[in-house]
Amino acid sequence: MIGLISYLVFFTTVASILAIAVLGLNLQWGNTGLFNGGVVAFFGAGAYGTLLLGGTPQPDHMGGFGLIYPLALLGGMVAAGLLAWIVGVLTLRMRHDYLAISTFGVAVAFENLMRNAEWLSGGAKGIRGFERPLRAALGDGFLYNLLFLLFVLLLLFATYRFLELLVGSPFGRLLRAIREDETAARSLGKSPDRIRLIAFITGSVIMGLAGGLYGTFYAFVSPQDVLPTLTFQIWAMLIVGGAGNNRGAIMGAFLIWAAWTASGWGLSRFAPVEMQIFAGSIQYVLIGLVIVGMLLWRPQGLFPERLVVSQSGHAKN
Amino acid sequence: MIQHMLDGILVGAILSLGATGLTMVMHMLRFANFSHAELLSIGAYSALVFDAIFKSALPVFATQIGPLSMTLALGLAMILAMGITGASAVLFDRLVFRRVREKGDELSMVFASFGLALIIRNAIGLIFGLHTKLYSQDIVFATVLSRDPLLLVKPDQLATLGIALVIILALHLTLSRTNFGFALRAVAENPNLAQVNGINLQKMIVTVWVLGGGLAALAGVFYGLSNQITPTIGRDLVLPIFAATIVGGIGSIYGALLGGFIVGLAANLALLILPSGYSPSVPFLIILAVLLIRPNGLFGEART
Repeated sequence: MIGLISYLVFFTTVASILAIAVLGLNLQWGNTGLFNGGVVAFFGAGAYGTLLLGGTPQPDHMGGFGLIYPLALLGGMVAAGLLAWIVGVLTLRMRHDYLAISTFGVAVAFENLMRNAEWLSGGAKGIRGFERPLRAALGDGFLYNLLFLLFVLLLLFATYRFLELLVGSPFGRLLRAIREDETAARSLGKSPDRIRLIAFITGSVIMGLAGGLYGTFYAFVSPQDVLPTLTFQIWAMLIVGGAGNNRGAIMGAFLIWAAWTASGWGLSRFAPVEMQIFAGSIQYVLIGLVIVGMLLWRPQGLFPERLVVSQSGHAKN
Repeated sequence: MIQHMLDGILVGAILSLGATGLTMVMHMLRFANFSHAELLSIGAYSALVFDAIFKSALPVFATQIGPLSMTLALGLAMILAMGITGASAVLFDRLVFRRVREKGDELSMVFASFGLALIIRNAIGLIFGLHTKLYSQDIVFATVLSRDPLLLVKPDQLATLGIALVIILALHLTLSRTNFGFALRAVAENPNLAQVNGINLQKMIVTVWVLGGGLAALAGVFYGLSNQITPTIGRDLVLPIFAATIVGGIGSIYGALLGGFIVGLAANLALLILPSGYSPSVPFLIILAVLLIRPNGLFGEART
């Protein structure tokens, strides 16, 4: 019984962390129409940034600045934001394929850099020497995990409230206006390039927050954690949940994460031994089918975007 | 240095063929097709299958052509593979892209192409296995072009380059001399205006997919010949091919051809200053450099 509960705590923690990343993507794709092909780079920048800033000094790689945890987490978010700024400034004034290709490229390069630059990130061995905050007081047991889950849920709720307020505000209206008709928005004196850059960076900072929490949860991050798979999973979560709907994005995160872990468990339990090496391939085919199938048959997702009529900055859902 | 340049040109020929089809599709249908590189895999694997069939059915075909490891069987298999890959490209358009397009959701096409790429890549892994394969088990020794500086080249690589250059020339003549070429360029420039002038858009879209698929298959076989065949060909080549289209300017066929060679050369020359572990990052650095210096590429024009 206690095993089941602690597994549920573990599952909910990871799903909630991913839900925060999906919310970040929803701001970019759902509300602004920006395609981010490299979610994992911004997630990874948050994770690596947090662990490098908050860790203890290590002989074989950089970092170990031993900052107090909130500052380290904030630093991870800033790292994700900086990365987004570089990519965004270069590509957001071009047609949309450039953003798609560059973000995809930045994820490839990020993973490659983390894997090779041992002086920076410990290379393939990953980053060690990070101590989970308050571990001395709370220990490593169930209590710690439960409190950490509460912390993650709190941040998930805060992110959700922040985005709901943002989307309901005049700024949110502007985002949708640019998504629907850029020329019209421009003719009203708005500056789509700047607004898009702000939305792109904000979304990436939220992904960086998710990455920072992920790194904190495992107290470890390695190049294996920043593979393109994560980007595909996060997209599937948003598309299934419903682009443009924050509640849908969270639901999608839990649904897809449940489906992913269940399919992985089922394959390892029931697939014949000689098929085991193909388990990963089967899971990828499934996630590909989910993405393509949703686009073909239910592009609005399970929880479609509800159009907000905002009057004097007041959102009616 | 010269060896790096030589290798770069050989890789560049493969990238050029891949990027040409991609840039046409991106220009006409206006989306970044992340599944294009999977067409190279389809080409490489279908040539592998046909090659085996021809060799077992007609042993005469299994003799090697001159100093090459390439056989007549592989040559024929390559042509069939081009057809199969072109047909698959049309099929994917029918099954996925056209239906998403008709929903009027252009931006979702990128997602669809990613999903499709995942399905194709892993389905190939499931069917053919995850380990690498080769067209020929014979070891072909590289010919020494010169000893000082040491220059090595495999006969297969030279044949590959030769065929690629012939194909590029044929493509150039078709585009610049025939009515079909004019129609193709017209559609790429302005689909609506081209339709007003009596060009059948649906037919042109099919043609572009067939052409892009055929060129991709050729690139895939050449890549398999000079490296090895694995289900991850698409994953490894998608970024270099995109880099080639960006260097040339998205939509420019000549740009893509030249871009392929530039990316191939740059990636190989970068190995002179960067440790080889960083080579997967090089295409991204090239993209960044182009966006900084000349955002629309060599021959591209600004479009929104």
